[in-house]
Amino acid sequence: MSDIVRPARRPLADRLPVVRDLRRAVGLQRGMLIAGLVITAVFLLTALLAPLLAPYGFDQLRADGEAFGAQRPPSAEHLLGTTVGGYDVLSRVLWGAQTAVLVIVVAIVLSIIAGVLLGLVSGYLGGWLDRILVVVCDAIYAFPSLLLAIVMSIVISGGQSSLWGGLLAAAISITVVFIPQYFRVVRSEVVRVKSEAFVESARVLGAPSGRIMLRSVLPNATRTLPLIVTLNASEAILTLAGLGFLGFGIEPTAAAEWGYDLNKALSDVTSGIWWTSLFPGLAIVLAVLGITLVGESLNDLADPRLRGRRRAGVSSGAVAETSIAPAAAASTASGEDDHR
Amino acid sequence: MTDIVLRIDSLGVSFATDGGDVKAVDGVSLEVARGEVLAIVGESGSGKTVTARSILGLLPETATASGVVMLSSRDGSSEHDVVALRGGDLRAVRGRDAAMVFQEPSTALNPVFTVGWQIVEGLRAHGMPRRAARRRAIEILDAVGIPDPHERVDHYPHQFSGGQKQRIVIAMALVLEPGLIVADEPTTALDVTVQAEILDLLRRCRDDFGAGIVLITHNMGVVADLADRVAVMYQGRVIEQADVRTLFSAPQTEYTRALLDAVPYVGHGRSAAAARASSRAAEWASGEAVVEASGLEVTYPGRLGRSGFRAVRGVDLRIRPGEVLGLVGESGSGKSTIGRAIAGLTRVTGGSLQVLGHELNGVREREFRAVRSRIGFVFQDPASSFDPRRTIAEAVAEPFLIHGRAEHPGDARAQVDELLEAVQLPRAYGDRFPFELSGGQRQRASLARAIALRPELLIADEPTSALDVSVQARVLELFAELQRELGFACLFISHDLAVVDLVADRIAVLHRGELVEEGTGAEVLGEPREAYTQRLLASLPVPDPVAQATRRETLRALRAAER
Repeated sequence: MSDIVRPARRPLADRLPVVRDLRRAVGLQRGMLIAGLVITAVFLLTALLAPLLAPYGFDQLRADGEAFGAQRPPSAEHLLGTTVGGYDVLSRVLWGAQTAVLVIVVAIVLSIIAGVLLGLVSGYLGGWLDRILVVVCDAIYAFPSLLLAIVMSIVISGGQSSLWGGLLAAAISITVVFIPQYFRVVRSEVVRVKSEAFVESARVLGAPSGRIMLRSVLPNATRTLPLIVTLNASEAILTLAGLGFLGFGIEPTAAAEWGYDLNKALSDVTSGIWWTSLFPGLAIVLAVLGITLVGESLNDLADPRLRGRRRAGVSSGAVAETSIAPAAAASTASGEDDHR
Repeated sequence: MTDIVLRIDSLGVSFATDGGDVKAVDGVSLEVARGEVLAIVGESGSGKTVTARSILGLLPETATASGVVMLSSRDGSSEHDVVALRGGDLRAVRGRDAAMVFQEPSTALNPVFTVGWQIVEGLRAHGMPRRAARRRAIEILDAVGIPDPHERVDHYPHQFSGGQKQRIVIAMALVLEPGLIVADEPTTALDVTVQAEILDLLRRCRDDFGAGIVLITHNMGVVADLADRVAVMYQGRVIEQADVRTLFSAPQTEYTRALLDAVPYVGHGRSAAAARASSRAAEWASGEAVVEASGLEVTYPGRLGRSGFRAVRGVDLRIRPGEVLGLVGESGSGKSTIGRAIAGLTRVTGGSLQVLGHELNGVREREFRAVRSRIGFVFQDPASSFDPRRTIAEAVAEPFLIHGRAEHPGDARAQVDELLEAVQLPRAYGDRFPFELSGGQRQRASLARAIALRPELLIADEPTSALDVSVQARVLELFAELQRELGFACLFISHDLAVVDLVADRIAVLHRGELVEEGTGAEVLGEPREAYTQRLLASLPVPDPVAQATRRETLRALRAAER
């Protein structure tokens, strides 16, 4: 940012958001955060390494010229069995992680930019623009996201869709629902920061509004974003799965998708074929759980009142340097020091 | 039956923080007798509030206490060590043996319940039946001087004024007739005239109810007015304990002496102001003013369908070049609004306001922006006046960047270093972040930023009210020095008459948005003409127990004359 030499900055590990939180967490909060991070890491790694991990392709029906067969129970060739359509369940579950990560990324990128910018401008400028945006956002709140996703999927690709058609349908509907959430959170933070003296001080100095918004307000208004991002991510997975389950999902030949597999496994459940529904369902639950755990613990750790601490030892610690007698202060240049 | 209601023996309190354990109180031993007011004084961070809170077992979860805090019940029949008590036993002691009066009356009362309900709640928690409790609540409201207690008992907190709310908080503390009342800065959030009334009430708590009082305060005037005995705390220890007259007349430790010296007195600034006035040329008074307000009005818009609030109602003001105008008034008098209007932060809605030759009534932000480089502003709260994410050097360089005098924070570093030195901060502090500086240091950095572009006009909105007295004295000294060197005109806003008297050439007194009186310090504070100014001046407690006793009588006579 500048070429000023800064001698004493805190070490990098103390400034990175998640790492810093991990280092200062204790007890149950630490456990929750670590569990969430581990599950999320496994989820991301699976998505990244799906081509290596999966024994078969997501749309593979036969190996060595021989069909897998439908609804086969778990066996040595098919560790988690095969589906009614004759796909390998394990491979479908692993490849499905990739689709889930894609929908998360697209949904977050689309909604975070629009939501944050709208919230910033609306909160800072106020007036009629602010009122209209708040009303529009309230209206969107009342709209069920799944219904919107169905409409989107029909608009984009007439219902049954390719990889990107299905992805975009889910991502855009998530975006529409989440823009108001980013908007609300950023707007309320901006309204709070706007009345702080340092923003007024920039105004008094004659700084133009754009500069104040981007340099003074925005960096101080992003406190609660990590939590919304994690909510956004899990909602994206759930909506994509919901679309697939309702039959608006992605064709099995275009990509693996957990919701689609669940839909096809519906009739299996009653006939005792458990493996086709259990594993995709478990994948959805774990992915959402991991992300939510991370979000929840980050939220608790960011708030000093919710953050757990180790108890102080009896009469431990040193008395902080609170003040130097004013007479002594008069003789030294950097004299007085009150509470920190 | 013992006469000691509270005995603290080698109390120690440590807090667990992100930066390791911090000790707040270190081996404090104190005693309070029945019907005695013990004042604990000290600067922020000296551990006085933590000591007070541990008397009622009100420490947060992160704290660990050691030592003994012995509370006697009112009749002296039982004693409890609060440090060792837990749960139900602790609740039984609270309210019955000791009660607390909080600093901020508007947050100490629950806004969704009537005040009567809140008083009854405390009584019922100690087993009094509902009807009797309500009768008692009305009695106690009457006792603390709430008019029409039969009706008012069913009113909500927002229907009372700030002073009345503090009376109700005191009533809640008194209602179970505890042997001890802990009052943590009971008057800090109140105006001086209200403060005098609350101090009277606390005195009655001692005299009529026979309660011992632990008074936590940083205001030496309040100590002189109310206390019987004083304990001075410094870095978690009690460094001096004495009878109030002895302490003020013959302080033992260096620290206490310095603390007392730092307290501003009304009348101390007069010679400096006279010297400045005599050094000015004769034609100066007729020259063009930096700020000229005539019939200035500022109305804050109301909610839909309601009329707005007129914060400033037709004020005439003049600030000439190089002159310091002190603006005093109680909260809500419109003094900050005038400062903000001059800086262009609040829209002028009526009359005329000329700042550096520009009319501000109906001005557009774009036209005024260039003028802003000639105005500096120092904010009240040193905690929030710097962007927490930027270093002090970057913040002080901001004016140069905005007005195109530098491309990059680094380019202005030489000037920034000079400015930091001008406000007596080491250059190296430029690389620190705001939270790494103390309140006084931040306020000096704030001053550096305000004078960066050599403004012709500086607006200082309560620049020292968030600081400790000793720190305040240094900041005021620095301010006077800079003003002498740079010669800027200044609007100095404060609620503290003594502070304004120290720095200002002329003083203007505001009351409910109107200018009551204006003149030099000697005129306004020496021989006030208006009744309001007289009352304001008489309400201000002086840090001298003997003089304060006579002043108290004057104020009583003044109040009686008004009725």
